[in-house]
Amino acid sequence: MTRVAVVGAGYSGFNSNTPDLSWKELMYEAAVRAYEDAGVDPRKDVDAFVTCAEDFWEGFAIFDEFVPDQLGAVLKPTFTVDADFLYGIANAVMIIKSGLADIAVVEAHSKASDILTFGEVIKFAFDPIWLRPIGKAHPYYFAALEKSAYMTARGYSDDVFAKVVEKNKANGRLNSDAPYAGKVTADDVLRSEAVFYPIRKLEIAQRADGAIVFVLAREEIARELTDTPIWVSGVGWWSETSNYDTMSFTAAYARKSAEMAYKMAGITNPARQIDVAEVDDRFAFKEVQHIEALKLAKSNEIPELVEGGYFGRGGDLPVNVSGGSLSVGNLLEATGGQKALEVVLQLRGEAGRRQVDAEVGVAQAWRYIPTASGAVAVFSR
Amino acid sequence: MAVGKKDISCPPYVKGREIKAEDIKEGKVTYWEHHPDIRYSFTAGQAISRFLKGLKEGKLLATKCDHCGRIMFPPRMFCELCFRPVDEWCEVKDTGVVETFSVSYIDPDAKPLEEPVIVAVISVDGASPKMGFMHILGEVDPDDVYIGMKVKAVWKSESEREGSVTDIKYWKPLEG
Repeated sequence: MTRVAVVGAGYSGFNSNTPDLSWKELMYEAAVRAYEDAGVDPRKDVDAFVTCAEDFWEGFAIFDEFVPDQLGAVLKPTFTVDADFLYGIANAVMIIKSGLADIAVVEAHSKASDILTFGEVIKFAFDPIWLRPIGKAHPYYFAALEKSAYMTARGYSDDVFAKVVEKNKANGRLNSDAPYAGKVTADDVLRSEAVFYPIRKLEIAQRADGAIVFVLAREEIARELTDTPIWVSGVGWWSETSNYDTMSFTAAYARKSAEMAYKMAGITNPARQIDVAEVDDRFAFKEVQHIEALKLAKSNEIPELVEGGYFGRGGDLPVNVSGGSLSVGNLLEATGGQKALEVVLQLRGEAGRRQVDAEVGVAQAWRYIPTASGAVAVFSR
Repeated sequence: MAVGKKDISCPPYVKGREIKAEDIKEGKVTYWEHHPDIRYSFTAGQAISRFLKGLKEGKLLATKCDHCGRIMFPPRMFCELCFRPVDEWCEVKDTGVVETFSVSYIDPDAKPLEEPVIVAVISVDGASPKMGFMHILGEVDPDDVYIGMKVKAVWKSESEREGSVTDIKYWKPLEG
């Protein structure tokens, strides 16, 4: 079966707001850049298009109907996955490996700034009978419930999560597309309001707009198109349960999807074999939870490693060198796209001032509150 | 008996109970209602912002692609067939031809409308063929509408216009 490579990547944003562009225009901009990067004409060369979107984020139903125009996909095979960008990558990999397409495109975007009642939209993902009627708090408390259980089970203090924020906000300062980067110390984090105790304000990724488009191709074509194909060597996805009374609170979804992706990629010792990782950090504790779930370090060693800079830009295993969602912003279903984009740029050697030395990278995204679902993709040079 | 029921060898169907309207009113059937407060503010963007501004001024604006030569209405910033940016803006006429229509008697909640609504797709004069604008027809008897009928926009007064597709009240038959 053929290998599959990323041969083009384009993006638009990422900004806290994009009042000048409609989501279609944002998507067009990302698509044009991706096709330019890959050297393909979507009208002639691309065989299949996969977009990733959730209707309630968009504000209209049957999103897939709105896709073709701005992606160059009119009168072409197109479908939408109601999930993160990394699920789209998994679908494109399957389409290409099965021989249905030589070249496939994956898109995801966020126009979060168009949503006026963000908390209410999240609440719409709650079981209507069980969960929606409980209390009036903004649903970020769902993340706080998970953090509380997780940090207690692991015996972590808040210093670990505060350090993660400090690291990611600092990393973002080298990324011109990270609107929420800044000089924030762990003390600043610990002093910020505990708006959803035990989650503090600075531990929460703010929303952002942006679009990401990847062009994927089978091996033979990938080698013709580019000197730096980035191989999608493994993909995985997993769902745990929608019930907060039975889920693990240790990101079992990330552990299982990573195991699936690692197996496909032939990775047996991720802590040694992975050089760079972009994991979902839309709440600071999620990064720690995901580092553990992706087996990038042992749970009892994580606090010391975080403190010692092991996951920093100059560390042994840089995590969220892009600045992560804490710096770039919460891109909704495009979150995994931003993570995959960073891994691809790092492996290509195109990450500019934040370049690290890497041959193999992993990108991971969670489907956000209130889910215990997510996907992982392993990329290699 | 339900269709297909008799030939299935599976555990017996749960025997249901006939439900009457009163049972629902009296709360004998269990429901849980939720009325979400979900609101958005859609960024109109480059193309549609200018289009809406045009409506406020009583104009229908379109964009042109020099590659395929199409005049696209409503306007967009890129040609979806050539996949390239558009080249220029132009004005099209507020007259057109009915491409298809429906005489609709029921509202979205399945309640009868007092007057039927005649919804139509109108090819706008000056735009490329099949560049349609879905809108409503007025000042016409439903029996008199036909595909190919020439129509003209009836605008709200300048002070009433707000930059919305409803700045055109409806399209009426073009006499002569």
